[in-house]
Amino acid sequence: MSRHGITLNVNGVEHALELDTRTTLLDLLRERLGLTGSKKGCDHGQCGACTVLVDGMRVNSCLALAVSHDGAGVTTIEGLADNGDLHALQRSFIEHDAFQCGYCTPGQICSAAGMLDEVERGWPSHVTGDLTAPVALDDDEIRERMSGNICRCGAYINIVPAIRAAAE
Amino acid sequence: MREFAYARAADESGALAELDGGATFLAGGTNLVDLMKLGVETPARLIDIRRLPGSIDETDGGGLRIGASVPNSVVAAEPRVRERYPFVAQALLSGASGQLRNLATTGGNLLQRTRCVYFMDVTKPCNKREPGSGCPAREGEHANLAILGWSEACVATHPSDFAVPLAALEAQVHVQGANGARVVALTDLHRLPEDDPSRDTVLEPGELVTAVELPPLAFARRSGYRKVRERASFSFAVVSVAAALDLDGGTVREARLALGGVAHKPWRCRAAEDALRGAPATAESFVRAADAELAAARPLRDNGHKVPIARNAITTLLLELAERP
Repeated sequence: MSRHGITLNVNGVEHALELDTRTTLLDLLRERLGLTGSKKGCDHGQCGACTVLVDGMRVNSCLALAVSHDGAGVTTIEGLADNGDLHALQRSFIEHDAFQCGYCTPGQICSAAGMLDEVERGWPSHVTGDLTAPVALDDDEIRERMSGNICRCGAYINIVPAIRAAAE
Repeated sequence: MREFAYARAADESGALAELDGGATFLAGGTNLVDLMKLGVETPARLIDIRRLPGSIDETDGGGLRIGASVPNSVVAAEPRVRERYPFVAQALLSGASGQLRNLATTGGNLLQRTRCVYFMDVTKPCNKREPGSGCPAREGEHANLAILGWSEACVATHPSDFAVPLAALEAQVHVQGANGARVVALTDLHRLPEDDPSRDTVLEPGELVTAVELPPLAFARRSGYRKVRERASFSFAVVSVAAALDLDGGTVREARLALGGVAHKPWRCRAAEDALRGAPATAESFVRAADAELAAARPLRDNGHKVPIARNAITTLLLELAERP
């Protein structure tokens, strides 16, 4: 088996790891580090259940080879809360009942956290009318920017307002 | 997934030196890692080029040079791209999802493989994956495959959105290989399948894409990308069109046009551009230009719908560009 050593900071904790080169970031988080909040849905980058933040950017951890992210800082759903105080998005998802089974929720919330940061930086989206104007985060923008996260329960009707409220 | 050895390159020459005896370059991995999981790609060794230095820089001529490792999301958000080449930003923003665009790179986007279902399924024959094994798509599931430039050996389409405005722009692809550097026009990078669909591009084994250069094109400020797909977001194109219009009052001085989702490569529409040059900027001219291009279309049994969709997409986009202040 081909193995490779990396270091990774996950939710503020440094890890030095020796890995099978085939290990995805998702499998590393779940199987080696016991962080099972990030979910394996499709395992092909199509559902978004595995979304985590790598150096602040939202990515599909199922398509990220762990060896390629040596030295990175990873934030998972387990690391979003601040000393027991839930992240604004976590509180908002609870207040708006923005889930049914909850399987996609960690990915939805991590994705939304990355997405709101992209909006903060003025990144446009496919539905942004004027590419050079400041972004106004309306419901169409939220839907488009969150299209990489699928909810099989169809809780979108509450996910969109939950994200909108957290953004305000 | 098959086992593979792994090495990370510190710079371009390091990446080429690491090749030594054959290996596959890994960039964002959004396509390659997926294909490795499916068993379609089985590299014995990966050379990781994801973190090679990459930036977006001005060129002497007033264009932009985009490093191969710059993520798709960063290119789409770049103010100079949004202002000078809106169709490039729009094409990138219409592709994949926010998460994927953060991983996917400039070079990797161009070199992604077709999403033809037979190519992705190792239990099926496919001339692209296994030369000589046959093409079940020719008489099978081909509703979203090629209408232009296909061969009996392969009817696959190139899936990139980004490459479509790049074809219209005449972007230049900078390549580094064991025998030095060369520049390939984007329109020459991807091949038609002919009798060797296993080769997507003209790149030789071991050649590395180092940058994509957007040439200056003043009228690209009046450009757009229109993508027709089966759902509103996160879906490959049925047909897409990238266009830029240079207007002299109510007359077209020059136009750039390319189609996506219709062929084995981004389809530069030179026949349509010829028809547009000097024509009045009206719906009639735009339909005539679309028809001039689509006269070459040879739809398969189940994808004839792509022809009117392409005609309508071209016409609608050109009208929208012509009406812009």
